[in-house]
Amino acid sequence: MTRQNVSIVLIVVLGALLLAVPALAAALGNPALVGLATRVLIYAIAAASLNLVLGYGGMVSFGHAAFLGVGGYVVGILFHHFRFSEPLFGVIAGSDQLLVVLPAAVLITGILAAGIGALALRTSGVQFIMITLAFAQMLYFFFIALKTYGGDDGLVIRRRSALFDLDMRDDRTFFYVVLGFAVTFFAIYATVIRSRFGLLLGAIRQNESRVAAVGIAPYRYKLAAFVISGMGAGLAGALLANYQRFVSPDMLHWTKSGELMMMVILGGAGTLFGPLFGAAALISLETYLTQWTERWMLILGPVLILIVLFMRGGIAGLIDQLLRRLK
Amino acid sequence: MTVFVLEQLLNGLQLGVTLFLLAAGLTLIFGIMGIINLAHGSLYMIGAYAAALVARETGSWLLAVPAGLLAAGAAGMLIEMVIMRRLYDRDHLDQVLATYGLILFCNELVTLLVGRQPMFVGIPPGLAGAIELIPGVPYSIYRLSIIGFGLALAVGLYLLIQKTRLGMLIRAGATNRDTVRALGVDIRLLYTLVFGLGALLAGFAGIMMGPLLSVQVGMGEQILIMTFVVVVVGGVGSIRGAFFGAIIVGIVDTMLRGFMPGWMRGIISDTAQADALSAGLSSMGVYLLMALVLLFRPQGLFPART
Repeated sequence: MTRQNVSIVLIVVLGALLLAVPALAAALGNPALVGLATRVLIYAIAAASLNLVLGYGGMVSFGHAAFLGVGGYVVGILFHHFRFSEPLFGVIAGSDQLLVVLPAAVLITGILAAGIGALALRTSGVQFIMITLAFAQMLYFFFIALKTYGGDDGLVIRRRSALFDLDMRDDRTFFYVVLGFAVTFFAIYATVIRSRFGLLLGAIRQNESRVAAVGIAPYRYKLAAFVISGMGAGLAGALLANYQRFVSPDMLHWTKSGELMMMVILGGAGTLFGPLFGAAALISLETYLTQWTERWMLILGPVLILIVLFMRGGIAGLIDQLLRRLK
Repeated sequence: MTVFVLEQLLNGLQLGVTLFLLAAGLTLIFGIMGIINLAHGSLYMIGAYAAALVARETGSWLLAVPAGLLAAGAAGMLIEMVIMRRLYDRDHLDQVLATYGLILFCNELVTLLVGRQPMFVGIPPGLAGAIELIPGVPYSIYRLSIIGFGLALAVGLYLLIQKTRLGMLIRAGATNRDTVRALGVDIRLLYTLVFGLGALLAGFAGIMMGPLLSVQVGMGEQILIMTFVVVVVGGVGSIRGAFFGAIIVGIVDTMLRGFMPGWMRGIISDTAQADALSAGLSSMGVYLLMALVLLFRPQGLFPART
């Protein structure tokens, strides 16, 4: 079997497995599995978005939770105005339609990412890390101050956004909707990575001054990647807000940014499906460790350190090694 | 009104010198070892907790201060020897993640040992009360002494780096570590010492802030992120930048917190709304300052001289 065939087989198996999640959950008598899988898919979208700048572009953004949170707040705020049927700023009507709120969330996080990116990308290296973190923190405080939308306490979204005539309250239906978005997202994502743009991004990561010497200004490509990445995280945030029917400033907290980074590294930075594996690993770990002990961070922290120190390439790297040994 | 301004200025200065102690360590460690240490805030927390616990048990600040310093310094050197040493040749991403893991661990460990309840410690008895700086303007002696200690430490750090042999090695290490190693200096020991020095400064900041804030898990990250703002505003790797950046950030933040509610109440009639909005806006102020600095001087206001 060639490598490409192996990948295709893996993708098919993965797809079948995901399609069967609700059936599996029913068979195992564990309906919570559907919710877990939904969260994994949503976080996979967010982590993959981060991976575009972090893994492929070499820009260590420590503020991606901001896009996740803002994406969520767009859904929450639009629903809030829909419910009380009073337009935002007197002109923008609220909405509870998924096909309205999701594009809105993506658009607004894209604009936000363009603003933050334009400033933050004036620096690089360690300043970039600090600046992205600080901007995210600024937005965190902004939403805490926003008393109209709940401030500290967050904003409850009474109903999930509507999509055609589907029963979105049913977790299984919602899972398939999220799966549809995730598949579409990863298809676009794979295309972006394999495009000239994706290759150029890798070249910038490896040697920015050479790229500049060839006559290509790296700044705008980095900014474009940052904007795409922010939009992806915004999509994930909008889905997450819908899933949990709640948004709060916690979604923008810096530990969320840390978690997203952890997923990328755990799964394998700069790999297509790494973030999916990373999200699955971290969320399952979190779910089961919290059941076992409240002090799960005591275990997670050292595990993370050990992974960074000794396991290069993450889960995707491990799978790659296994496949190579099989041949 | 002028009294209020003076008071806020002094409060800002006090926050500024505290931020400087953290920023100096962070920037020193980054300048010399090229490492970004998110767990720097944890060292601040460790110092604060150790001092608060000893002060509570013994009631003596003469014991509490050394205990805090010892705990922070020892924790710093231990972290350097066990973890950081393996990260010097790695990229920033690995450093960020490993030190992030360290934060999770430290926070949870402290929760496990001391509990989630915030600790409140009193102001050391000798430094309690207020003093009249100019007649009719009382100001907290404790805050004033923090400013004093902070400035003294800044001078001490300057002398250490500019005038002593250790300082010379530190400066040489920042410029070219391979040459320093080739000249026969034990660079590993030097690194451990520098890390310990940074930890001591952070620990001292934590000890001093203990009586002003509640000592609690997460206090380190709150101030760490502000320290990042200081370092970016001042210029990464520059102690001078850390000093001026810290003072600017400290004063701007305190002034905004002091004056924003008044302005907002003037604009918005609903007092509760106005207060909430001004709390949020004043928290955002220093980040906006950082954005402005980046826009006009991406390398910071006082970049390291190369």
